[in-house]
Amino acid sequence: MKTFAEMNFPGRLIAVEGLDGSGKSTQIYLLKRWLEAEGIKVYFSEWNSSELVKSATSKGKKRELLTPTTFSLIHATDFADRYERHLVPLLRAGYIVLCDRYVFTAFARDVTRGCPPDWVRGNYSFACAPDLTMFFKADLEVSLNRILEGRPKLKFFEAGMDLRLSTDPYESFKIFQGRILEQYMAMSKEFNFVVMDANENVEKQQVLVRKLVSEKIDLKKFKRRSPLPLPPSLAGDHLEKEESEDKAA
Amino acid sequence: MSAKKSHKFYGHGIPRVKPEDLGGKLIVVEGADGSGRSTQIVELVNWLETSGRPTVQVGLKRSTLVSEELEKAQHGNVLSRTTLSLFYATDFADQLGNIIIPALKAGFIVLADRYIYTLMARDLVRGMDEKWLKNLYGIAPVPDAVFYLSVEPEELVQRNLSKNATLDYWESGMDLGLSREVFDSFLKYQGAMGEAFRQLQKTYKFEIVDANRSVSAVNKELRKKISAVLEE
Repeated sequence: MKTFAEMNFPGRLIAVEGLDGSGKSTQIYLLKRWLEAEGIKVYFSEWNSSELVKSATSKGKKRELLTPTTFSLIHATDFADRYERHLVPLLRAGYIVLCDRYVFTAFARDVTRGCPPDWVRGNYSFACAPDLTMFFKADLEVSLNRILEGRPKLKFFEAGMDLRLSTDPYESFKIFQGRILEQYMAMSKEFNFVVMDANENVEKQQVLVRKLVSEKIDLKKFKRRSPLPLPPSLAGDHLEKEESEDKAA
Repeated sequence: MSAKKSHKFYGHGIPRVKPEDLGGKLIVVEGADGSGRSTQIVELVNWLETSGRPTVQVGLKRSTLVSEELEKAQHGNVLSRTTLSLFYATDFADQLGNIIIPALKAGFIVLADRYIYTLMARDLVRGMDEKWLKNLYGIAPVPDAVFYLSVEPEELVQRNLSKNATLDYWESGMDLGLSREVFDSFLKYQGAMGEAFRQLQKTYKFEIVDANRSVSAVNKELRKKISAVLEE
């Protein structure tokens, strides 16, 4: 699996991975805010968010229609749609693309559900590897508590209830997440995960994230040549305009 | 039914399904629109059911899970190649898990109106990687018999036009930009599909049935061959 840099894409892709409740979404959101403020061409893409596939996925989940195979394929379809329509053109155009979850989520989850690893990896083999993958590793108990405190009603597939690990959704969720974590750790080396201590406080983690990103990627190459058009409310304001151009320069 | 149990998968198969639990018979009819595929299947179902054999049918774009969405996406022609391919694979996998596998376990005859070969041929013609497709469709059980109804593109044009007075966008491969005119595109595309099927035939060993002939002549041949399969 080659990275986008190795495939000579002008853009770069940064992915975050981790269990639900590891705080990875907060970290990538803060990273995005920073890059935007630096005037960098940045795009954010989230797992399971393609408009086209969404209604099928939610129908499948609601009616508990999904088998491990269809669960895997419908997420692959979702990923392919975002990959072909957004990620590839943006990376060709020199964007920094931030992904909240990437193919490794499928590698970990689908295999935990019993799909053969080679089959899952083969299906995603059209995708290049991220240029940087940060894995947010929190103690299992910490992740579980974050999720279970905030959102006490667990959804069927989220809790891995389809695996019949336990009739209690909370118990099932715990076992399921533990197994996913094992899968992640087993592929960590192979895919060059940078393992982040997600038990650390949010601000400290973000400092490290920004440091890693600027070491790995020569950010000034990704600045917009022309500033973004101003929102209409500011368009007439000469001072504001000058200021924003200064920042971009 | 005397059917001995046990089938094979082309590749990895699907989780929690043992191929040796699959009895019944899986019979596939492949062919382009206008090859007489659907007519043949109706006749075959009648014949099988009147002779007391429990039969279920599957086909492309018929899954509960994604058929609506797939139809919608195709209508707008908004999906890229890999996406469409995986969407069809999802549709197939849904019917596989919810209809084909349970039916085979129960010893039914499953008649498939098209199977993975059409999906693979369509993608091969569009330049997708054969290895990738083989891995993807490694979930499919190997059928007991596959019949490819072969009709010359020139004859397909006549049949499609006499039935619908128009040629279907996808069956003409208009997304490929082979020609701006649908008539020319249809001929070229169906020619290429025939070629792709012949390429697949080498690996998947299906029987090519000359379907330029009358419905009853083709049906007679199919029944004879299916009878032999059912007695195995």
